[in-house]
Amino acid sequence: MVATPEKPAYKVIGTRPVRPDGVDKVTGRAAYGADVVLEGMLFGSILRAPHAHARIKRIDTSKALALPGVKAVVTNADFPAQESGTLDLGEGSANPKWLVDNVLAGDKTLYHGHAVAAVAATDWHIAEEALGLIEVEYEPLPFVIDVREAMLGTAPILHHDLRTNVRARGVDTPKDRETNIAMHMRIEKGDIAAGFAEADIVIEREFTTSQFHQGYIEPQNGTAYWNQDGQITVWTSTQGSFSVRDQMAALLAQPVAKIKVVPMEIGGGFGGKIPVYLEPVAAILSKKTGRPVKMWMPREAVFQATGPTSATWNRVKIGAKKDGTLVAADLELCYAAGAYPGSAVGAGVLCALAPYNLANQRIDGYDVVTNTPKTAAYRAPGAPASEYAVEAVVDEIARALDIDPMEMRLKNAPEEGTTGSTGAPWPRIGAKAVITAIKESPHYNSELQGEDVGRGVALGFWFNGGMESSSSAMVNPDGSISLILGSTDIGGTRASLAMQLAESLGVSYEDIKPQVVDTDSVGYTAVTGGSRTTFAGGWVAYELGQEIRKRLVERAARIWGVEPSAVTYGDNGVITGMDKDGKAQQFTFDEICKRLPSTGGHIAVSVTSRKNTTGPAYAGHIADVKVDRETGKVTVLRYTAVQDVGTAIHPAYVEGQIQGGAAQGIGMALQEEYWYDDQGRLRNGSFLDYRMPVANDLPPIEVILVEVPNPGHPYGVRGVGEAPIVPPMAAIRNALRDAIGVNFYHTPVTPTRILDELLPRE
Amino acid sequence: MQALRYARATSIDEAVRMLREGGETARVLAGGTDVIVQARERRRVIDLFVDIKHIPDVMGMTYDAQRGLTVGAAVPLYQVYGNADVARVYPALRAATHVIGGKAIQGRASLGGNLGNSSPAADSIPAMMALDGVAAIAGPNGRREVHVDAFCTGPGRNVLQPGEFIVSLHFPQPVAHSGNAWERFIPRNEMDIAVVNAACALTLEGDVVTAARVALGAVAPTTIMVPGAAEALVGRRLTDDTIAAAGAAAKEAATPIEDMRGTVKQRKHLSDVLVQRVVRAAAEHARSR
Ligand SMILES: Cc1cc2nc3c(=O)[nH]c(=O)nc-3n(C[C@H](O)[C@H](O)[C@H](O)COP(=O)(O)OP(=O)(O)OC[C@H]3O[C@@H](n4cnc5c(N)ncnc54)[C@H](O)[C@@H]3O)c2cc1C
Repeated sequence: MVATPEKPAYKVIGTRPVRPDGVDKVTGRAAYGADVVLEGMLFGSILRAPHAHARIKRIDTSKALALPGVKAVVTNADFPAQESGTLDLGEGSANPKWLVDNVLAGDKTLYHGHAVAAVAATDWHIAEEALGLIEVEYEPLPFVIDVREAMLGTAPILHHDLRTNVRARGVDTPKDRETNIAMHMRIEKGDIAAGFAEADIVIEREFTTSQFHQGYIEPQNGTAYWNQDGQITVWTSTQGSFSVRDQMAALLAQPVAKIKVVPMEIGGGFGGKIPVYLEPVAAILSKKTGRPVKMWMPREAVFQATGPTSATWNRVKIGAKKDGTLVAADLELCYAAGAYPGSAVGAGVLCALAPYNLANQRIDGYDVVTNTPKTAAYRAPGAPASEYAVEAVVDEIARALDIDPMEMRLKNAPEEGTTGSTGAPWPRIGAKAVITAIKESPHYNSELQGEDVGRGVALGFWFNGGMESSSSAMVNPDGSISLILGSTDIGGTRASLAMQLAESLGVSYEDIKPQVVDTDSVGYTAVTGGSRTTFAGGWVAYELGQEIRKRLVERAARIWGVEPSAVTYGDNGVITGMDKDGKAQQFTFDEICKRLPSTGGHIAVSVTSRKNTTGPAYAGHIADVKVDRETGKVTVLRYTAVQDVGTAIHPAYVEGQIQGGAAQGIGMALQEEYWYDDQGRLRNGSFLDYRMPVANDLPPIEVILVEVPNPGHPYGVRGVGEAPIVPPMAAIRNALRDAIGVNFYHTPVTPTRILDELLPRE
Repeated sequence: MQALRYARATSIDEAVRMLREGGETARVLAGGTDVIVQARERRRVIDLFVDIKHIPDVMGMTYDAQRGLTVGAAVPLYQVYGNADVARVYPALRAATHVIGGKAIQGRASLGGNLGNSSPAADSIPAMMALDGVAAIAGPNGRREVHVDAFCTGPGRNVLQPGEFIVSLHFPQPVAHSGNAWERFIPRNEMDIAVVNAACALTLEGDVVTAARVALGAVAPTTIMVPGAAEALVGRRLTDDTIAAAGAAAKEAATPIEDMRGTVKQRKHLSDVLVQRVVRAAAEHARSR
């Protein structure tokens, strides 16, 4: 359902054509990383640490090397030495020193499953067998999993060179003391003491969230071939081929010119397929053996060693007046980064209060290392945990004041010109439009029926990314256009970018032939992440279209013997003008294309562009739940996701993004979590026990698209993929409060936790 | 996965011989939905798979209203729950087999495999126990029979001796006015492992329970019979109080551990809830026949 008041008369945008990669994918012909087969290829496998935290005292690889079929064994020592520094990953950044130590552990292993050594052998089974022959002597060390415990002065220290001067309340870490706190940030606006003094009601709560995994169906994989001439080719499943290239260049200390990354089709990423794990290891194994080396992760390794989200602890204090006006907020957000610094707490801080126009606020954020896998981006990284806590407290305030929760949110909604947490004014945003669409939705106005049922709502916000994108377009004599893309296609961007190019030229979508190419074949393009690709790639497609229009106009002018200014390119793709004799002339798009070879040659254009005119996304979700009081099981009866999507280029794919985000968020709300035993070992590294919802755990997710065009984009595009994962945790939690009268302060709210509340204490 | 040998037996005697010769590291291969996963993940050292799926006795299924139901140990589950007599007479067995894995798993997985794997959380074992199933076993010393309720001896352990395997499972024909039911609790709606499962078979005379068998899974080192629950039912009218007493007995009998799948408190509570539910459902089945 699209709830849009007024909108330009687009021809292609807003339609729902079939995706160009669809047939290959449904017939099994699309080539994924697992499909890569090269002459002489070896298979690589990784030995992982059995402890949560340990010093590596000795590694003896001789027995493994002696096994017939084993061609090489490598450890951290096989990588060039790295200095600390900063490497931009697109969505987040990394210190190459930490990155290499995460890829293969240095002198310490920092989490259960941390990679320790790698083997290349003539087949996968031999490689696995060889792992058992590598002798590693560990000295187990005290470990810390919990983020709050890790912040204490008494906690086991992960990195002895880490120093952070923290001056905030309750946390006292002088500059010269070892600490697990990698970063403290604070943003402040207004005067919170004065704000709270104005409040009629103040609610302060503490929340925790578990670690969640992206759960992409395709495990990490990578094949590398370090050629005898020093050229390195990498075939991999990634969200950013250039990001892989740059990480490889840093870790292998090689110039980017020596590295070519070939992005294969990708079976899901959600942020988790930005950091490299296997590719550099495959490369050094290849260098040692002179043969291509293919690696992939067993599912357990994916859970143990690739980026989950942060586990978080958040304290939220909000004050309001009797009429529901929010007057002050004071937040403290502690995010576990995992083994190396770099959680998404920054985004958590910046997003936490974005759904509200709130004059007085203070937000402290902490990035804290713990003996758990290094976190990676996951859909709106950092935002779900902080916004969940805020949305829960706002719900409690609305209840206490007996105000409709959406009325209260409308009253406090931000709009163009009001300022966010940093004090910067908002551009045109759809917060109020989303809230209004919820209030008017059939779902919100329906009656709940039955016992132990409840309804909850929550808002969600995400900034959306801009960054750099490149594309080329070749105009063919038959009127078709080859569109060369640097963005790996995770969610249908071949289609959404081809549609924008078609729109800009007034041609049909079917005439555009998009393809994703390797890093030697297109200009620099940042990751497919941050909900940026349809926005930034769309800008590029639009600029390509403008350039092609200009060139075709010039060509027509030359043929007609007139100045280009006398020729017009119509939005229907028809070029009109007068020739030098004053006679009216026209070319359809196909006609002029046919003339190209004989009138000066083909046209090919390239564009690289970086725009920071992103349009933030607001979402609001409505959840109806039913609780079985005997078993603690929750059934989601009905679910509606409302979102300002700017302009829905391909509405079906936009709806798909929103449904996917909501489904993942519902999993986080009710079922999914990392489970460590008392030795700090991850015990549920499988889809059996890491319980993502299956299809019949979810109701149909109804989607209402609100379109408030982004003025910073030629077609009004805002990112859409991330905002929908933000509201579910709070929407479900608030619905549970409505159903059974219990406020939960931890997510996921599993049947175990519900029974814990409902059963008499023992 | 390590390299291993595969052998196909076409008769009971051949299977016994192969297993005996294979020794400690030989395993029966039925559907392989447990054992192949275990081999891949190196949770077991296996040198030889003896595939029993080509032995006719192991793949057959018969029912008659006098003698009851006999299911070959390796009959795939979809054939068990898809059988009309099973659905009508042994709904506990139908329900338990219907939820094991998904369609793909059910095309391979078997009752013999579920029992042979002897997991305390196995779904079909409590159903087989409540139905007083008997395993027909072949081995180097000939044939013997073991009641399913005496088969498992610990997590992954059972009474089978080297060279022995299960040929078939037999379920007696329930007497008139009998009913049975099975249920499990899982956090998801499918593709999950039981936090607790429970089964009940009972016989009614009017409103009075004259016989009952109650079994529980995932609350002890093996699936267990709950005689206390049966005692709470037998000789009594099936009132809410009687059913609650059976539930309370189940809660008492459960000695679960705490792990990532559930807490002690939750599992004890669910034992009570599920036993009450299966008693009611079994009574309903009895009345409907
Ligand atoms: C995705 C998935 C989902 C699953 N879901 C469930 C579930 O919901 N509930 C559940 O209970 N289980 C589940 N399982 C486990 C498994 O499917 C069942 O235990 C199944 O019944 C095993 O049967 P099988 O024929 O595949 O046994 P196999 O794997 O062939 O054998 C299992 C064990 O029993 C032994 N064995 C097999 N047959 C005999 C015999 N005739 N005599 C002696 N020993 C024998 C084998 O040597 C082996 O040790 C699941 C497994 C998977 C992979």
